[in-house]
Amino acid sequence: MLKLWSMKQKQQEVDNNAPGGRKKKVTAAQLRVQKDLSELSLGSTMKTEFPDPDDILNFNLTIEPDEGMYKGGRFTFSFAINQNFPHDPPKVLCKQKIYHPNIDLEGKVCLNILREDWKPVLNLNAVIVGMQFLFLEPNASDPLNKTAAEDLKSNREGFKRNVRTTMAGGSVKGESFERVLK
Amino acid sequence: MERVEVAAAPNGVANSRQRWKYLDKMLTRSGPFSDPDTNFGDPVIQILESRKILVIGAGGLGCEILKNLALSGFKDIHVIDMDTIDVSNLNRQFLFRQADVGRPKAEVAAEFVENRVKGVKITPYCGKIQDKDDDYYRQFHIVVCGLDSIEARRWINATLVGLVDDNADSLKPLIDGGTEGFKGQAKVILPTLTSCIECQLDMHAPRPAVPLCTLATIPRQPQHCIEWAHIMAWEEERKDDILDTDDPEHITWLYQKALKRAQEFNISGVTYSMTQGVVKNIIPAIASTNAIVAASCCNEAFKIVTSTNPFLGDGNNYMMYTGDDSVYTYTWEHLKLDDCPVCGNLAKELEVGRDATLEELVAGFADRPDSQLKKPSIRSEAKSLYIQFPPGLEEATRPNLSKKLSELVEDGEEIAVTDPAFQIAFKYKIKFTS
Ligand SMILES: [Zn+2]
Repeated sequence: MLKLWSMKQKQQEVDNNAPGGRKKKVTAAQLRVQKDLSELSLGSTMKTEFPDPDDILNFNLTIEPDEGMYKGGRFTFSFAINQNFPHDPPKVLCKQKIYHPNIDLEGKVCLNILREDWKPVLNLNAVIVGMQFLFLEPNASDPLNKTAAEDLKSNREGFKRNVRTTMAGGSVKGESFERVLK
Repeated sequence: MERVEVAAAPNGVANSRQRWKYLDKMLTRSGPFSDPDTNFGDPVIQILESRKILVIGAGGLGCEILKNLALSGFKDIHVIDMDTIDVSNLNRQFLFRQADVGRPKAEVAAEFVENRVKGVKITPYCGKIQDKDDDYYRQFHIVVCGLDSIEARRWINATLVGLVDDNADSLKPLIDGGTEGFKGQAKVILPTLTSCIECQLDMHAPRPAVPLCTLATIPRQPQHCIEWAHIMAWEEERKDDILDTDDPEHITWLYQKALKRAQEFNISGVTYSMTQGVVKNIIPAIASTNAIVAASCCNEAFKIVTSTNPFLGDGNNYMMYTGDDSVYTYTWEHLKLDDCPVCGNLAKELEVGRDATLEELVAGFADRPDSQLKKPSIRSEAKSLYIQFPPGLEEATRPNLSKKLSELVEDGEEIAVTDPAFQIAFKYKIKFTS
């Protein structure tokens, strides 16, 4: 049987000799994010930006789709990762007001792996691949912006035109949008 | 006057071991599974009474754990909890009474158990585990957790792993209990020797969440309406208020929003208490599950300290219990992960010259026989020293390369190094040579 302590050993007083007792240690979340960042395949369409380089748990991701209906736009998302990552998923918000069936006017993103399908084994690269896919294949069956979803479902060409209008800073159905063209 | 015969109190001085007579059957003689090298009798009793044990959490599990430890013969117990007593705790957190509502849990629990079990000393701390430093945790022999937060578990786990050095006393077994409704688990972690909380992260499945689009467009259950009020309506209409789930006005607002939405979708069942439950993420706690899991945890603590029986942790280390589909327990060995970010690689001391630059350190990593890192990224808790990916971060941290290490880190500070060629992170404790 494994013995943890020698039974004869007297109870020791608090050992103050160890140096650096009060120093903070790199957290598991920081380590995991650092590792995930080294595995990002950003390609030519994505860029990261760290407002405070010392804080790698908060950063922005810019996506510039090179195909699909959102081609020519520049979309910025904020990533906020807490100390409970990867148990908790990153919180992702679109920083611009855009016309998209899976992104609401507040910037919330409906992507399964950011919420109901998140697992600690998924990494940040899986998230950004999913985000990229949102711009290639907007999905009308899981709508967060109902108006945009119905528009896409009923009239794909009309939806495309509305996407172009809103990306240029125009309005659709009384709602005005932010200019996101490069 | 009629006199009533009063039985001698179990704490009576006359026979001070009377209360422990059943315990003594294990403590004063060896048994078929007890450790052959242990002197049973007074030496073991003395060890049991002198071991310092820390209990984290004084809630549903914590109340059970404190009571059990005190009644198992532990005499020097400490307890940490940051919460105050809420009226909804009283049905199962049996150390608290109506009059205690609003008082700190740790304090009331300590008072109650000290009163009931004479001779036991319980030292409460009302606050967060993160308030305390390594020196504080170093004084204990065993830590027992009855927490409902993964984050707090991960923190104490990393702290205890970090304490381990060559001294045998630096190894503090972590006994972790957890319950969720009718399910629960008890496990023993021998930091650095066996699978730790971080190794087991996949066992704690994140709470199933409802897709945002369901909440936004097709709610089907009353809970969906409450979640919608919680994460969508609040942000749209009260963006500038920080939601306080303990503020009745906030809960009432969410409740009314949810109720209105439920009516629009013809859903019934939204109530104030359901709103509170969903928003505060409350899983109904089952008193019997808490009792079973706490009993298992305290049994392990008792066995580790007294050597009366083999304990969980040496081999099998994880016991799970299910009580909603008949009663089932299963015990197995959860294996330690080689690439665990917490226990996979312990911090080694790294001697560097005070005037050496970060660039020299980075170059040095390529040559070190134990690492041979070709593209290392390095950080301390506070600073990104040099991070090679993604390119934006490399650019931002590049100016650090020419700085002296003494400008970037303190003596004794820990740095972590990752490299694409390795799954695992390397940790070093910087020691400056002058
Ligand atoms: Zn581990």
